[in-house]
Amino acid sequence: MTAFGKLIRTTAFRLTLAYLFLFALFAASLLGYFAWNTRRLITEQITSTVNAETGEIGDIFGRRGLRGLVFTIENRALRPGANLYLVTTPTGQAIAGNVGSLGPGVMATAGWSETAYRRLDEQDNADHRALVRVSELSGGFRLLIGRDLEERKRLFGIVVKAAQWSLLVVVVLGLGGGVFVARRVLRRIDAITGTTQRIMAGDLSGRLPVGRSGDELDRLAENLNAMPERIEALMTGLKEVSDNIAHDLKTPLTRLRNRAEEALAKAGSEVEYRHALERTIEESDGLIRTFNALLMIARAESGQARGNMDDFDAAEVANGIQELYEPLAEEDGMRLRVETVPTPLHGNRELISQALANLVENAIKYGKPAPSAQPLSAGASVGMDSREILIEARREGDQVLLSVTDHGPGIPESDRKHAVERFVRLEASRTQPGSGLGLSLASAVATLHGGELRLADAHPGLTAILAIPAATGVTERIAAKTPDVAQKVA
Amino acid sequence: MSATDPQMRLLIIEDDRESADYLAKAFREVGYVADLAADGEEGLALAESGDYDVLVVDRMLPKRDGLSLIGALREKGNRTPVLILSALGQVDDRIKGLRAGGDDYLPKPYSFAELLARVEVLSRRHGGPAEETTYRVGDLELDRLSHRVTRGKEELTLQPREFRLLEYLMKHAGQVVTRTMLLENVWDYHFDPQTNVIDVHISRLRSKIDKGFDRPLLHTIRGAGYMIRDGIR
Repeated sequence: MTAFGKLIRTTAFRLTLAYLFLFALFAASLLGYFAWNTRRLITEQITSTVNAETGEIGDIFGRRGLRGLVFTIENRALRPGANLYLVTTPTGQAIAGNVGSLGPGVMATAGWSETAYRRLDEQDNADHRALVRVSELSGGFRLLIGRDLEERKRLFGIVVKAAQWSLLVVVVLGLGGGVFVARRVLRRIDAITGTTQRIMAGDLSGRLPVGRSGDELDRLAENLNAMPERIEALMTGLKEVSDNIAHDLKTPLTRLRNRAEEALAKAGSEVEYRHALERTIEESDGLIRTFNALLMIARAESGQARGNMDDFDAAEVANGIQELYEPLAEEDGMRLRVETVPTPLHGNRELISQALANLVENAIKYGKPAPSAQPLSAGASVGMDSREILIEARREGDQVLLSVTDHGPGIPESDRKHAVERFVRLEASRTQPGSGLGLSLASAVATLHGGELRLADAHPGLTAILAIPAATGVTERIAAKTPDVAQKVA
Repeated sequence: MSATDPQMRLLIIEDDRESADYLAKAFREVGYVADLAADGEEGLALAESGDYDVLVVDRMLPKRDGLSLIGALREKGNRTPVLILSALGQVDDRIKGLRAGGDDYLPKPYSFAELLARVEVLSRRHGGPAEETTYRVGDLELDRLSHRVTRGKEELTLQPREFRLLEYLMKHAGQVVTRTMLLENVWDYHFDPQTNVIDVHISRLRSKIDKGFDRPLLHTIRGAGYMIRDGIR
């Protein structure tokens, strides 16, 4: 498409053309109205002058007779810029006036008419027109009084010329303005199109210039700039995830394969075969678990699990999980304590239970105090020993907090953000079994509910908090059902 | 296993030929009569005509979807217990399956031990006696109304959850109960803990009901789960 073709196809230019047509039409009708009215005004003026003079001269004829009439006419006809006068006898002979010739038959009928004429003192054959009135006097004499129409013609000509000029100006200015606006818009749109094409081609670093006027194109540019940022973040996330999936699924798959190969190569006893098969099943169970956890995270992150939300008490969830994991913790030499107040919540109970279970499992696995750790100072937290894990459910502001606190080595602040990512198992935990998906799942569940997973320092140890916004309205309803007494379960 | 008296009749509706054959073979080995159907229509026709104890239905089937098959059966008043097998393992899919009229839901991939244990429990539920108020295994007795548990002449003190755990085990005495079944039925959780939480609960319970008695009743079934049973019977 040529540059001009592109220009005239722009919306701005087309709008300009439409406006141009409208304005031209408007200007033409305005001037037309003006011209027509001017013409009418002049005609009226002539008519009234001629009528007045006709009456006046008829009077003079009545009072002073033909002599007076002729004298008056001759007198008036000699003035500069005089009207047209003619007096004829009943036989049609001119006896006074300044008219040399007239259109045929004008004198024959009384009343108004428009006619070509020539003055007596004019020798040329120039075409003059006049508006005349013929009236009959007593005794068969006829009187003609009229006025030249040159003035009317000239005025009309001026108006027509003005109309032409103004039309020309409207068209030129309109077209010029249209081209100017269209080119300006086109340039910015071209910049946007070019950048989006670059982004589509894969270069996500392209950004649009944003002006300072804050107009609609600036706002569009801002939004278009935000889009690749989001896409870039998503793509980076996706790439990391697929790399990690590849690594963490391929490693056990490789182990699985190696084991089967080894068993096949070494013709062993039935016991050895059995053992190899058992390890194979164990390994594949681990793989299935990892896979399920990944699917669950993907589901929570995509928001698909939103369907199964209902109202429940977060305290019940905390107590349930404590009850489930307490024997396990005890076997590991830890204590699991729960401190809750009735905390109504709207969400997916199963997912929140699982997220909390993951946090508790982590605390049991990694929350043992380091052997060299300083004993807790007596004032730090009364009633807590370093082998205790505390589960809490409470409301803080408009958020429901489900937290798990241990007194193990904790996670250094620099590692905390990293720890939530999929498959990340911090150095300290490499030797422990697990998929490395526990915190990611908890985080995905929190995100699904519009909240977040926070990791904080417990001095020493780690506090993992599921912070979920309490949906007001819903929560108030349950709050009314539950007695407003804090219950503490040790 | 206890499935042999009289022979249990099982219908497996599964479109993957290899899985279906594997399941039929495995069930026949433990004494079941197992029929196969490869699509939803055939499965529905067989299920209506034959007298089966349990139906094992794949969720996604050619010709007629598993859930619609179950719906059609239930509409006609057929109450045969149905276990749904599905590649969709998520909580909401499970709920959908149970709402459609399924009695149990097992996500793929599953172990045969898990499937067998669940089928046994379903068939027992179908034809078994009405719920009793007292369960007895050997000299162990559980009163569901007074919540009293005694072994011989000795009264045992159980925590509420231990009581429910024992109640579920005794309700299915002589049958294998898997860890997932316990987690689902005693705790009502449907997720998969990464650790052996259930084992610890069982060993606590075991120390209360078996410790100090010469004949253990609570048995660990390797690779499957647990079973409560009087060793002699």
